[in-house]
Order: sequence, then C-alpha cells, then structure tokens
Amino acid sequence: MSAQQANLEKLPTSIKLVLGMGLVALLAFPFVGTPFYTEMVTRMMIMAIFAMSLDLLQGVTGLVSLGHAAYFGLAGYALAFLTPQGEAVSLWWTLPVAVLASGLAALIIGFFVVRTHGIYFIMVTMAFAQMVYYVFFDNRALGGSDGLYVNFKPSAAIFGWVPFDLDSKRTLYYFTLGALLLTYIFLRRLLFSPFGRTLSGIRVNEHRMRAMGYGVFGYKLAAFTVAGALAGLAGYLWGTQTGYINPELMGFHMSAHAIMMVILGGMGNFAGAIVGAFAFEYLLHVFKDLPQVGSVNLGKHWQLWMGLFIVLLVMFAPRGILGLVEKFMTRKGKSDE
Amino acid sequence: MDFPQFLIQLLNSVQYGLLLFMLAAGLTLIFGIMGVVNLAHGSFYMLGAYLAWSLSTAFGSLTLAILVGAALAVAFGLALEWLLFRHFYKRSHLDQVLLTFGLIYIFEELRSIIWGDDVHGVTIPALLSASIPLTENLSYPVYRLFMSGVCIALAVGLYLLISKTRLGMKIRAGAFNRDMAESLGVNIKLIHATVFALGVGLATVAGMIASPVASVYPNMGSQVLIMCFVVVVIGGIGSVRGALIAALLVGLVDTFGKVLLPSMAGMLVYMLMAAVLLWKPEGLFKA
Repeated sequence: MSAQQANLEKLPTSIKLVLGMGLVALLAFPFVGTPFYTEMVTRMMIMAIFAMSLDLLQGVTGLVSLGHAAYFGLAGYALAFLTPQGEAVSLWWTLPVAVLASGLAALIIGFFVVRTHGIYFIMVTMAFAQMVYYVFFDNRALGGSDGLYVNFKPSAAIFGWVPFDLDSKRTLYYFTLGALLLTYIFLRRLLFSPFGRTLSGIRVNEHRMRAMGYGVFGYKLAAFTVAGALAGLAGYLWGTQTGYINPELMGFHMSAHAIMMVILGGMGNFAGAIVGAFAFEYLLHVFKDLPQVGSVNLGKHWQLWMGLFIVLLVMFAPRGILGLVEKFMTRKGKSDE
Repeated sequence: MDFPQFLIQLLNSVQYGLLLFMLAAGLTLIFGIMGVVNLAHGSFYMLGAYLAWSLSTAFGSLTLAILVGAALAVAFGLALEWLLFRHFYKRSHLDQVLLTFGLIYIFEELRSIIWGDDVHGVTIPALLSASIPLTENLSYPVYRLFMSGVCIALAVGLYLLISKTRLGMKIRAGAFNRDMAESLGVNIKLIHATVFALGVGLATVAGMIASPVASVYPNMGSQVLIMCFVVVVIGGIGSVRGALIAALLVGLVDTFGKVLLPSMAGMLVYMLMAAVLLWKPEGLFKA
C-alpha cells in the first residue's frame, strides 16, 4: 500500500544553486528585514530543523510518524525545567541534556512502535505522542494545560566569558541558522553513509533487507531515536525563542504540520524539508493574516484555507515543490530530445 | 469500593466501551475494506453531537433529531466518499493521512462558522430522564442504560448485516479479495460507498446519543479519535470483533483507572496498548 517511489536523493546542480542562493539570502536577511520578520524567519528555521528530523523517518526510512511533535515538545519542557526562576542557565549543558532527553524518550517509545508496520505505525506513534501530551496536560506540577515559561534565555557564558548573547534577536537568528546548517550537513552525510543506505533499503524493501541479514529492528530504532533527538534540538530552540512551552506543541496538529512540511517540499533529501518548512510557515502566516472582506474576517478562518490547501495539494501535487520542479525539468528534458 | 459504587463504575465503563465501539467499528471497517486511514473519523462524532444539538432545538425532540441526523450523516458520507475518498483507496497511507488531516481543519472551521465556538448542552428526553435508585443516595441514570442499549442493538445489527446477509457476504468478499469479487460481478464501488456511509453513520449516531451526557464542544472529535485508534490497534485493524472486545477493555481500564489510580488515569490506556503491542504486534484479533 505504502509503495515508495524513488527519492530525489542526489540534488541536481540547479537545485543546489538555488539552495546556495537561499543560504546567502538567509545570511543577509537580518540586515535587510525588520525585527518582526527576523523573528519569523528564526521560527521558520526552527521548524525546518524539526521537519528535517521527521524526514529521516518519513522520507528516508519510510516510517510515517504522526507523533513526532512529542519529542519536539519534550526538549522544550526540559529547558523550562532546567531554567531556574531567577537566572539564566548555561546553554552548554542544557542543550545536550534536552536533546538527550528527547532522544531517550524516542528510544523508549521507539522500542514499542518500530515493531509495527504501515498503518499501525501511524496510529501507534500518534497514540504514544498523545500519552506524552496528557502526562503534561493533566499534571499541574508539569505545567498542566497552561504550560511553562522559560523566563531567561540560556546563557552562552563560559567561565565568565560571553562569546554571544542569545537575548539579541540577531544572535539567536544566526545561532539557529548555524544549528540548521549543522543539522542539514549531518543528515546529508548520514543519508549517504552505510547507515543511511540501509535505512533507504528498508524503505524500498524491508523484507529483502532482512533476508540479506540486516537487523532491521535495530536500524529503525536507531533512526527513530536520532530523529527524536534532532526534533529535540528544534524544540529547545523553540523554547529559547518564545520563552513559553505548552502541551499543544506536542499535540497531533503539530505532528501533522511537520508531515505537511516534509510533503510540501519533497521527501527524502532534507533540502525539501527545509523548503517545505519555510513554505508552510509562510502560508500559515499568509492565511492568518488575510484581510477583512466586508463583514467576514478571512484571516479568522485560516483553518479552512489551510484545510483546503492541504486537500488540493495532496490531490494534485503529492510529491511537493521539489517534485514539481523535477517533473518540470524531466518534461523539458524530454521535449529537448 | 462497595458493591453499588462498583456497579455504577462497571455500567459506566460498559457504556463508554460500547460508545467507543460504535466509532471504532466504522474506523476499522473503512480500513479493513478500503485500506483507508481516516483521521477525520472523530469529526463525524463531533458532527453528530452538533446535529443533535441544533436539530433537537429545532424539532424539540431528540429522537426525531437522531433519526433525521442519521439520514443526513449517511447522505454526507456518501457525498464525501464520491467526491474525495474513492480517489484515495489506492494511494499511500501518507496521502490519506494528509487528506483526512486537511478535512479535520475544514470540518472544524465549518463547524465554527455554522454553529459557533460555544459549549452546548442537550437535554435528555423526559421519558429517559429518570434515575434508578441503587442505595439511599446513589442512583443510575436511565439515559446511560438507554445509550448502552442503542449501542448493543446497533452492534448486533452490524454483526447480522456482515455475517448473515447477502450484502455482508459481498462486503467480506470485497475485503478478502477486491479484484476477485469485482470480476465475479460484485459492484465493489457500491460496496465501498455503502461501507463508508455506514461508518460515518455509526460515528454520527454515537455523537448524537452521547451529546446529552458528553455535552457539545469544539474539538470534541480529536480526543475520541485517538481513543478509537487505541481501540483499533488493540483489537487488530479490520476486525470488528476485535474492536468490540478492545473497546470494552479500554472502557474498563479507563473508567476504573480514574477511580483507583487517578494520578495515572490518562496513561493507563496507552500502557495497555503498549503491553498488547509487545505481546501481539498486530492486535488481539488479526483480521
């Protein structure tokens, strides 16, 4: 049922060129854009990290997780717990701890979920994420339905020396951009490593991989854990940026948004996930910002526009933006012959 | 816990379990026969509750509202199947997840536009508003028994439909081997439309009969959807019998968990699911 087409793993030069131009634009942006848009692009980059982490499961390994937001939210909560009421906490140990916490949660939940397949996997990842959601939602001690505040952004000080200050919006922007680049490079290298090749093999034909002697369970569990940990990185940055964490960040709407981002850009090469995250967040912004027409406030009904957009996308462009580009290029290639 | 209290909790758990079964049965049938994962199934439950509220206010009778509402829901299900779902039976699960997630947004917003965002209550019909006294200060509402009765009647009806009628035979044949059934002259498209409308109908009726006790509020579909997923995973996807047993099990664990272990009540059901997955990764009754 979930037959997978071959992914566009090796990016054509033209797309690489566009991505390079995008990077230059991102580097220059804080000097051009207003603070509002700098903050918005920071959020887009955080979501891009989140989407890339999901792409490792969804695009590379062929596991559709509908509960990925749980690991995103957990790291945010970890930051909130580790930050004391009255002062900032060091970035250098809270970031690894938060990422490890998300990874550990993914390892434990993954132990149960990766033994399931197809539709079961979708349902079970969603159910476990919902369990995590209710643990936080139901317990006052964990912030309850209101969530928790992160009163101070993590401090980058090393023995009194402060290399950069995340309180500055521009610094946080570049810090996030750095995290985005490192995550992208890490995942690209992972994709073409023997480990990544095995994951791709599992997507294409799990039975054959097993017959060839690969311990499929271990590989899938490892992918699930790495994806959870990287989602944690995004969640930590989110907590740092917004200073506020609530259970909705772990809800299934958030998970579904991540799936949307990966689909919208194009699966399996991580660049698509970045493009998709930017496009999705931008669309969300556009839909929420629609003007008042007569007595109807179009922006208030953003869910309707987003819903219609998703339905139309999945009906007419199920392989996303990069898929459309690829289709366009192959068609042009054919007409040249 | 003394006996009357135990009895009340037991009846509540059975009632909750049967209600979940109504929803999960449609979900598991739609998956088992058409291979579609439907995240919007919870929206049909919400639709039912809102229909019950607005129609019973308009007609002044909940019974009439349920009958008209059920007919409307089936028509809505047929239209939805014809317009969207039938094009997705052979698509990947990922596409189905996205389609139905998009539908959740659309349904939620339409609900907000048509009915607003307020919480509403539906009054219990006078005939069923009594309570049966158990002890001096404990009693059990008749309406909850009525709910269980309706669910049992529909469950028996579903069983008879699937295992004893000619239509049921075709449904089973279609689930077993779609192409073979089609080449033997079964109109499989009609079967699919029927099963989909049946699933929508069951979910809406569940929402309608639950509306007086559960009240009517936005996003009421989401929570129930996830419980249905748990039920379907425990029971085995595609198995109606599994859904019934799993729904009753989930009802028991959830209701008694809230009484005996209130601090962990939210998690117990998921722990049950985890245990079942370790023991039988494809559910108790693999279809």
